Amino acid sequence: MPASLLSDISIFVLSLLVGFEVISKVPATLHTPLMSAANSIHGIVFVGAMLAAATANDTTGYILAFVTAAFASANLVGGYAVTDRMLQMFRTRPAARRGEPGE
Amino acid sequence: MSGFDAFIRIVYLLAAAGFVIGLHLMNSPASARRGSRVSTWAMVAAVAATLAFMIHDGHTRAWGWVVLGAGTAVGGGGGLRMGRQVKLTDIPQLVSLFNAVGGGAAALVAVNDFVHLSPHGGPGLTPRILVTTVLDVVIGVVTFTGSLIAAGKLQGIVSGAPVVWPGSRQLNAVLAAGSAVMAGFIFAGTYSNALLGGLCATLAAIGVLMVLPIGGADMPVVISLLNAFTGTAVAMAGFVIGNTALIIAGALVGASGTILTKLMADAMNRPVLAIIAGGFGTADAVAPVMGAGGAAVQSVGPDDAAISLAYASKVIIVPGYGLAAAQAQHEVRALADLLEDRGVDVSYAIHPVAGRMPGHMNVLLAEADVPYPQLKSMEEINPEFALTDVALVIGANDVVNPAARRPGTAISGMPILDVDHARSVIVIKRSMGAGYSGLENELYTDPKTRMLFADAKAGLAALAAAVKELVGT
Repeated sequence: MPASLLSDISIFVLSLLVGFEVISKVPATLHTPLMSAANSIHGIVFVGAMLAAATANDTTGYILAFVTAAFASANLVGGYAVTDRMLQMFRTRPAARRGEPGE
Repeated sequence: MSGFDAFIRIVYLLAAAGFVIGLHLMNSPASARRGSRVSTWAMVAAVAATLAFMIHDGHTRAWGWVVLGAGTAVGGGGGLRMGRQVKLTDIPQLVSLFNAVGGGAAALVAVNDFVHLSPHGGPGLTPRILVTTVLDVVIGVVTFTGSLIAAGKLQGIVSGAPVVWPGSRQLNAVLAAGSAVMAGFIFAGTYSNALLGGLCATLAAIGVLMVLPIGGADMPVVISLLNAFTGTAVAMAGFVIGNTALIIAGALVGASGTILTKLMADAMNRPVLAIIAGGFGTADAVAPVMGAGGAAVQSVGPDDAAISLAYASKVIIVPGYGLAAAQAQHEVRALADLLEDRGVDVSYAIHPVAGRMPGHMNVLLAEADVPYPQLKSMEEINPEFALTDVALVIGANDVVNPAARRPGTAISGMPILDVDHARSVIVIKRSMGAGYSGLENELYTDPKTRMLFADAKAGLAALAAAVKELVGT
């Protein structure tokens, strides 16, 4: 087994564990924004789409790169847009009273 | 490794750290937005670094830039539009759609790599690349079509009821065996694009058949699971192209989706595999219960219900999917405001699977500016029901059915909100229809329960009007 694969697997496993550790602390109130945030984070696949476009050199490659870029960017941009919108609604501070201006 | 490559990798590492910190900040509503911002900047950095790499590398052809720009404009524009315009009740299907395109993109990254290397045969396609390519394609394509079906079910385009027919399980088994054979040929050295295409088509069918038999109310589990799948597919894409940013980010999402899947399945007390097997909610899965001989149901008008609420000292509101479907979150809050002005202690009991994705109800109520400290989780609120004068149940059914405490019913063992422990219960419900499980609700025939038959929105508005009239404010 090549060393690079072994180190990639190490990174993968450790990231999974970090993920479990960090995410198990998120309260139920924030589960939908969490999932939406996770959704936007897997928009990182856009980096893969960019690299696909970088190596494309024939029609098939261009078509694949186009579709990949469209899918990945929809995921990335949409994911962040919707997460941000949701979290805006959690801005109410516990001390804030109802009926105050700024609603 | 050149200095420039090292620089790119360090930026990827910083981006990965940003994702972890961003997720970490999600552990409190107060810091969640900051977390989202950290994560956004991490993403911008990763994309910018990749762009710098492409420019520095200089091998990208003109058409490569064109398709990348065009694809990004189309996809990003569409994603932005949908993300900005979606109604909060429709977030589950949008998340599902993003899972679909994310999984699809991850699979395409591997397909693209394979198509690029296959004409040259052996040397490029190392065992590592072949194995991770097949894994990526399997998970990514199944996620793509599966999430599209899930989104369709949530949107109501595809029937929300479990779709099963004789032989569907066998068909699945045949398709699975077929894809295993095709994957075997690829491993054995048949580097054919057509074969990979065939594999993708078969997997696409499997994804469809996997989600079709799952009922609409199991969607919190399905979305979480597909989210975990997408993350894993992205991590596999990272293995294929040797990119650590994809591996780390994908693994984080995989972990997040897995945790949520487990939480949701626990909240329904059903194993994940049983949920995926589907069919829940069909007639054959539900034994008829309630031998009470059609115990009488007491109905109540808005005026009487309003009096009970207005003179209570503690009220717990139990919102369910019916409230979300009727878009009645603003009416709930208006009523709660009136009661609070009278000095009534109001809180909200949120069952983990209220709504159509994890935490969905919290977001809907937050949209109506309900302060989040009033939103109580099941563990927090259950001991409080015994001290509660009125529990107001709006559009919730199975999650408040005391039958869950007895063995032998379709929902036995499911953790429920102890609404029946309250001194009195008012249920706003359109009709006496059964819940998603098909089970009659024993809460409705409880002597201390009164039913206000109305649509959630209209019923709440009538209640608020009656309270207002009573109080004379």
